[in-house]
Formats: sequence, C-alpha cells, structure tokens
Amino acid sequence: MIARLLLKSLFVIALPVVLVVVWWAASAGSTDPFWPPLRTIVDTFPDVWTADRLRTDVVPSLLRLLAGYALAALVGVALGTVIGSYRAVRAVCEPVLEFLRAVPPPVLVPVIMLFAGIGDTMKIVVIASGCVWPVLLNTVEGVRAVDSVMLETARSYGVSGLARLRHLVLPSASPQIFAGLRQALSIGIILMVISEMFAANNGIGFTVVQFQRSFAIPDMWTGILVLGLLGFLLSVVFQLVERRVLGWYHGLRATTRRS
Amino acid sequence: MRNVALGAAGLAAFLALGEAVPRLGLVKEAYFPPTSRIASALGDELSDDAFWHALGDTLTGWALGLAIAVCAGVAAGVVVSVVPYLRAATASTIEFLRPIPSVALIPLAVLLYGTELRSVLLLVVYASFWQVLIQTLYGVQDVDPVAEETARSYGLGTWARVRHVLWPTALPYVMTGVRLAAAVALILAITAELVIGAPGLGQQIAVAQTSQAVPEMYALIVVAGLLGLIINVGARTVERWALAWHQSVRGEVAV
Amino acid sequence: MLDVRALRKVYEGSGRRVEAVRDLTFTVDAGELVCLVGPSGCGKTTLLKCMGGLLSPTGGEVLLEGRRVSGPPPGMAFVFQEYGRSLFPWMRVGENVELPLKQKDLGKARRRELVRDALESVGLADAVGAYPWQLSGGMQQRVAIARALAYEPRVLLMDEPFAAVDAQTRADLEDLVRGLWRDRRITILFVTHDIDEAVYLGERVIVLSASPTVVREQLKVDLPAERDQLHTRVDPRFAELRTHVYEQIQAAKRGGVQDAVTKSDTPPPR
Repeated sequence: MIARLLLKSLFVIALPVVLVVVWWAASAGSTDPFWPPLRTIVDTFPDVWTADRLRTDVVPSLLRLLAGYALAALVGVALGTVIGSYRAVRAVCEPVLEFLRAVPPPVLVPVIMLFAGIGDTMKIVVIASGCVWPVLLNTVEGVRAVDSVMLETARSYGVSGLARLRHLVLPSASPQIFAGLRQALSIGIILMVISEMFAANNGIGFTVVQFQRSFAIPDMWTGILVLGLLGFLLSVVFQLVERRVLGWYHGLRATTRRS
Repeated sequence: MRNVALGAAGLAAFLALGEAVPRLGLVKEAYFPPTSRIASALGDELSDDAFWHALGDTLTGWALGLAIAVCAGVAAGVVVSVVPYLRAATASTIEFLRPIPSVALIPLAVLLYGTELRSVLLLVVYASFWQVLIQTLYGVQDVDPVAEETARSYGLGTWARVRHVLWPTALPYVMTGVRLAAAVALILAITAELVIGAPGLGQQIAVAQTSQAVPEMYALIVVAGLLGLIINVGARTVERWALAWHQSVRGEVAV
Repeated sequence: MLDVRALRKVYEGSGRRVEAVRDLTFTVDAGELVCLVGPSGCGKTTLLKCMGGLLSPTGGEVLLEGRRVSGPPPGMAFVFQEYGRSLFPWMRVGENVELPLKQKDLGKARRRELVRDALESVGLADAVGAYPWQLSGGMQQRVAIARALAYEPRVLLMDEPFAAVDAQTRADLEDLVRGLWRDRRITILFVTHDIDEAVYLGERVIVLSASPTVVREQLKVDLPAERDQLHTRVDPRFAELRTHVYEQIQAAKRGGVQDAVTKSDTPPPR
C-alpha cells in the first residue's frame, strides 16, 4: 500500500525533476545572452519579484483578470440562458454569434483602446469581451440540451419560471457551462497579458515586456516563469472549484461508465 | 429552412444596427464607423496588394504552425501511449505545461527571432501542440482493450497494432484536436503579428490603429473574423468527413 | 373523478399526419385503481399525457372533478417510465422528493414531514441523503413514486413505470403500488403493456385497440381485494381474465379499427 503510494509519487515528480536538472546542467556554463543559466534565473527571482512588486504589478493584473472574467461569466450565462431557452431567438442570433466568436480576441485590444483609453477599464473590457464567447455559447448549448423528460417532470409538478431555472435548467447546464468557463479562463489570461503588453503602466505583462525591451534577460525569464506559474495555479484552483460544484456530475458519470 | 431565414434576419438586423447606431450619434463615429463605411474600407482593402500579402503571410504562419503542431502532437501522443509507463511519467509534466499561456513566450520570441515568421511559428506551434496532444491522448485511452488483446494474441507487432487498432479508434479524437488547434493557431498567429509586428493581418491592424485609420482597422477585423469562421466551418467539415470514412473503417474492423 | 370524453390526438409534422388517438371515452371514479393496457404503439403514453395536461388534445376533453384539464393541474401527479431521466441527479433523494412541495404553500416543517412519510411508505427512509444515481433502478423508481406521493395528489398517473426494471423488482413494486393505493385511497390510472400486471393490479382493466386508438373493452377484475404475487397469479380466475385480455389484444393487433366500442362493465361469464 505504502509502496504503491510511493511509486505513484515517483511517477508524478520524476520527469519534472529530470527536466529541471537537465535544464540546470545544460545551461550552467551558458554565455548566450538569451539563455542564461537556470541558476542565474533562480537567483534573480527573489530580487525581481519582491513583495512590493507583487503588490504593484501582480495584484492589479489578477484583479483585472478577475473583474473581466466575472463580468464575462455573468453576461455569458445570463444571455446564454435567454438565447438557449427559445428556439427562435437562437436561430436569429446564431450566424451573428458564430461570426463574433470567430474574431480572434486579441484584435479587440486596438478597438477597445479607441473607446476606453489605456486604463484599467480598457483591460477589463478586453478580458470580458474575449471571455464571454465560450461561456455564452456553452451556456446556450447546455440550456438547449436539458433532458426532455426532466422538463416534463417539472411541468407536471408545476415547477416553472424562476424555480425551474434555479432547480432544473441551470444545474442541468452546469457541466457545459463549466467547460465554457474553463476555456474562458485560458483566454482571459492571454488577454490580460496582451492588453498589458500593448498599453499599460503596470502589470505582469507590462513588466515582462519592459525587461525584454531593456534586455534584462534573466529578469525576463523570471517573468515568463511567473506567468507559467500563474497559469498553472489558476488552472488548479479552477479544477478544485469545479470538482466541488460538479461533484454530482462526476459521480453520475462514474456510475454510468461502470455499468 | 425557417432557421436559415431567421438567421439571415438576425444578421441583417445586426448590420442595420451597425449602420444606425453611429449615425444616430449613440456612439462616436470616430470610434465606431457605420457598417457602410467599414464595407467600403473593406472594398478598398481587397484591391490593395499589401492586404493580400498580409493575408498570405498570416495564412502561411497559420498553416505551417498547424502542420508542425499536428505532426508533433500526434507523434508525441502515440509514442507516450505506446511506450509503457511513459503516460504515467509524463502526466504531471503535461498538466503543468499545458496551462502556461503561450503569450508568456512573446518576449522570448521577440528576442530570438524579432519580427520573422519564426516568432509567429514559436507561438502557434506551442499553443496548438497541446490541443492535438491532449485529444490524441484521449483517443488512445479510448481503445477497446479487447481489440488490443486480440491483436496482440495474433502476434501483431507494435507498428501493426498502431495502424490497425490504435489509429482507427483515435482518429476522431485527433480530428477534434486538429479542429481545436486550427482555431487556436489562427488566434495565436494574429496575436503574434499584432503584438510583435511580424508581417500579416495582425500587423496591418496594429498599423491601422496607430495611424487612426479606424474604418480600415474594422475592415481588417472583419476579415480576421471571416477567416476564423471559414477555418471553423472548414475544420468541422473535415472532421465530419474523416468520421464518415472512419465509420466505414470501423465497420470493417468490427467484422 | 376523471372523465375522458371523445379524446382525439393527431400529430402533425414534416408533412405527416398521424392519428394516434381517435376516440377515447371512459371514466375513472374516485379511489379506483384502473389499468390501461393495449398493443405496442397504441398511444397509451399519448393518452396519459393528455390526461395529465402535458399534451393538448386535438379533440375531445379531459375533466378532472368536473373541471377541464388544459395544463398540468395541481392534484395530479405523473410517474414516468424513465426514472433515470426524471429524477434530478444534482439533488439528493430528499431534495428531489421535496421539490414539487415547494410550489405549494406549506411550511418547511410540513414539507419535511411529507417527505419523511413518503419515503417511509416506499421503504427508503434511510436513502434520504443519497444521490439518485447511487441507487438501483428499482429504488430510483420508488423515489419517483415517493415524490408523487408527497405531493398528495388526488390522481396518480403512472406511465409504464415498471417497464424498465427487472422482473423481481417489478413484483415488489407492484405490491408497493397496491399497498399504497389501499392505504391512501388515491385514484390511480396505471398504463402498462404487461397484461399480467394489469390484471394483477387493477380493479378494472381498459383494453385499448391498435392505433388510431379507441377503447376496445372494459373489464372488471373480480379478484379478491387481498392479492399477492404467489397465490393470486395461480388463481384460475386470474388465468381466465388474463387470457381474455390477451385475446383482446391479439385481436386488436390483427384487426383494424373498431367502432368506439365500450362493452359493458360486467365480466364475461364463467
């Protein structure tokens, strides 16, 4: 039992450890300006990412991301529910939505800059306008696909309107909605970084671009690592939340898979 | 049929709104030109050589990056699945590398390749590779263990097993991966051009924005959207075609 | 209690016109347990859904206590065949049973009481915290029945509820339904394709014709009120009744449409 656990942990950390060691060793004596030794990068890390910088750059970035993401989630779910609930509305909106969602989100940055300048509003709007599409479209799908027998059950017991939305439609659509929220998270991170690289005076993306422009290469690498770490941590947090909210769904899938 | 009519009506309403809202002064025309102005700017673009060059550059970066990503993703996916223990060993690494935003590599790309095609490729390949890999891994996971055992008991070597058991099962998943990768590849290609300034549609959009050529900027964005739409629809069609073929192959294998 | 008059349902769609139900007329008195049986595809489900207000009839009407049914009326509960798709998987058993009660103006304590009673009467008192998909098929259908019971309906409509469970579970559930009926005196309309089940359960069996459906025959089941799976099913009277119903259904499958025939309520002579 313990042996199995140890073996499992070994598999989890083995390759990452090997990769890090290889990176460390391969870059150890490097004089290439673009590929500093891993050691240098690690050493530079605490100098660059001080508590101060965390406050002035990381926190604002994260707050903008959260604000844009939350806005997109609300609008996406609300609109998606309305569109998904009425076949006629869906038919009318479908071509327009298909086009709008096909526009690569980063190109919205110049457009939104026209309206909103280069402040926080611009970034939040950019993030929201990119994140809303996966949420919206997945919500439409999820709402549309509510089981007909469940709908009839609700009808037969007089469950309608807000109660039906709360107890039937939204929970039924939630696995699909969460899939959309997941995609939206990746898009949100990308847009957060791009909007800051494009036009900003603080933020993680801004900082990394500054380092690159001033050729502070090890600092730039630490920035890349931070972005990677951020992506990873947000993904972990998302999975934890999803597992909690959709516990019933995973349980249901497990039983149907087994049978 | 009725749905098509409704959809067309929706589209028409959208375009009409785009025309009316700026003209009525609800938004500044400088920020959001009416549809007709965008349409005429689009017409001008289509007769401009520079536009077609840029479009070609974008498509080149997209196609090349996608091709590399698909080959690498499928190869990696098959190898990881076929070699014993490799799947378990690489799982944590994949889970860690996957959510890293490709935009994190932008500064690196700029340093290494400047505004060349290769910086676009770096971003496109990195982002699309994961889509293909993940889907391939799902597909391989779906292989019927009974079929696999049967093949092994008949003495089929690794390569033969890959060809006759693994590939037909995994193919629909790979096609899904290609479809997702195609969309991601376009986004990253245009992003790279936009932010780094590599030649292509994205760069044209950045130029239009800095020179305050607002209708042209919108026209280019419309082109980007249409391109995305065509790629989405095209990828879905290819996927369906591959699945149809796949169904007939599955029919044979089942016998 | 329930009055079905000249019920007619025609499905129109994509150029096809299907007359599922042509002319159905019958009544159900308060407290009766009536079984509807007929050949496959004869519109049993259509009929039940029209009666439950889930489908609107093309012609004729359904009256519940004298009032026309135009949408799902309160006072009627419906038990579906597909229990797996009728219970909500994101809610626990107790919450599933409680949901319809939230529409009624009852206090929380009263709701909890109804839920508890209902689950006890189907024998699932300790499953209140489980999720439906953690239970077996038979248990899930019991939960659906409990949900209907807690609703305190005057009429219970059951659409082939035991078609999708195994034979032994079905036997238990049949006894459960009869027991609940006797205890609570609800009016039950039970649709089934299983002739034995119809005769075993019902006080009266209504045999339907093939599509387009009319009432072929009504049969009074004069078996004793106390029934059990072991003895009732070998009762010679049971065999006679079921044979008669079986013959009727075979004839219905072979023959075309009969005129609206409602034979008398008296059973065939011994």
